[in-house]
Amino acid sequence: MKEIHSDQITETVTRLCVESNYYLGEDVLAALRRYREAEVSPVGREVLDQILENAEIARDEQMPLCQDCGLTVVFLELGQEAHVVGGDLNEAIAEGVRQGYKDGYLRKSMVQRPFSARINTKDNTPPVLHTTIVPGDRLRIIVAPKGGGSENMSQLGMLKPADGREGVIKFVVEAARRAGANPCPPIIVGVGVGGSAEKVLWLAKHSLLRNVGQPHADPEVAELEAEILERVNRLGIGPQGFGGLTTALAVHVETFPCHIASMPVAVNIQCHSARHKEATL
Amino acid sequence: MPCLLAPCVAPLKGRLELIKEQIMQLTTPLTNEVIEQLHAGDKVSISGVIYVGRDAAHKRLVAALDAGEPLPFDVQGQIIYYMGPSPAKPGWPIGSAGPTTSYRMDPYAPRLMEVGLKGMIGKGNRSRAVREAMQKHKALYFGAIGGAGALIAKSIKSAEVVAYDDLGAEALRRLEVEDFPAIVINDVYGGDAYEDGVKQYSRE
Repeated sequence: MKEIHSDQITETVTRLCVESNYYLGEDVLAALRRYREAEVSPVGREVLDQILENAEIARDEQMPLCQDCGLTVVFLELGQEAHVVGGDLNEAIAEGVRQGYKDGYLRKSMVQRPFSARINTKDNTPPVLHTTIVPGDRLRIIVAPKGGGSENMSQLGMLKPADGREGVIKFVVEAARRAGANPCPPIIVGVGVGGSAEKVLWLAKHSLLRNVGQPHADPEVAELEAEILERVNRLGIGPQGFGGLTTALAVHVETFPCHIASMPVAVNIQCHSARHKEATL
Repeated sequence: MPCLLAPCVAPLKGRLELIKEQIMQLTTPLTNEVIEQLHAGDKVSISGVIYVGRDAAHKRLVAALDAGEPLPFDVQGQIIYYMGPSPAKPGWPIGSAGPTTSYRMDPYAPRLMEVGLKGMIGKGNRSRAVREAMQKHKALYFGAIGGAGALIAKSIKSAEVVAYDDLGAEALRRLEVEDFPAIVINDVYGGDAYEDGVKQYSRE
């Protein structure tokens, strides 16, 4: 059984918090450049240029891409043969968030007592942690900070089986339409289909970890992604909502079997500052 | 394109001028005379003092008004930027500093326009009540580029906390800005740059 020390986990999470907030992924940059070339709206092109310039400034000046450094979502894939030693795994992750947000001059956006006093926890903890047990003896850590503006545009729909494929498409396109300029388009649309109410929201969020624009391995799902993307980009919302062809850079769909009575659909919208970094210990 | 409306605007003695690429230079505080010249879709470049507040600060500002207490700054002719910055690194006036989504300030904005607020900077659509209040009280809503916080920080020359320091990132701040880039989203004539954009580019 392989031992992984909690201090190493903390150090890794600290680093990933900072890196994810400073460096936009190459996949996102490539998608932004590609859409910039195809955009016909002059204001839309300018906005995409400024988003690309912003990424350069953040990288060169070592500062956050966006002042909203997010709620820190952490996905863990823990090998069943791995053994965490030296302390509480959950606390090791939280400590990494605490240090990363302090050392990286990242904004602390978490408040406790959400429906009343809303007091800032001042260190961006607690993170939202999703742990999956997998074969092997490694620990994969993915840090995915998520901005409030785009997270607020999330939708859950408990559709009827009779609604079918077209029902899914309509639900997702309407979610993008309603979100409009709010979630900082161009967006990446994370979609979950199937499972249960809570599972489908997890699927939608998890789909955002995929490289932007990489189609689903299942051709039927990939075809659905392409069709939703086409429909979302017909909305005309455009970069920052000023009008244009580039409303979404990609649509990612993840599916799971579901109950004979159900067809849950969830939408988790990601802003253009699509941040996630990972490491495997 | 909405921005092509710009050439019809005449220069107005130092406060508002047409410059290259049809970007209008605005200096705060804003007057009705300047506000009436601007239309949805116009690109502007804002210089001078602007104030910064978001959810929690707005709640306190309106609570102060409701209690008949003075506001912590003179709101006459001013612009409030909906923003909560990341912490400043040593040697910088501010950290990353892009706009937050504006609709969350909709419940408070009309009350502030009643007492003299003339501009708001944020991102995303406003409610009908806010748009009507803008027409009634002659105020503008500007859109800045969401997620371009590092770029926008370059136009901020100084930042200080004016009130509500306990709110951290949500404190009320006073900024000095130079050539802060924005686009008029809602004007005093009912114009809406988001609606215009979708109308022009929708292929449904």
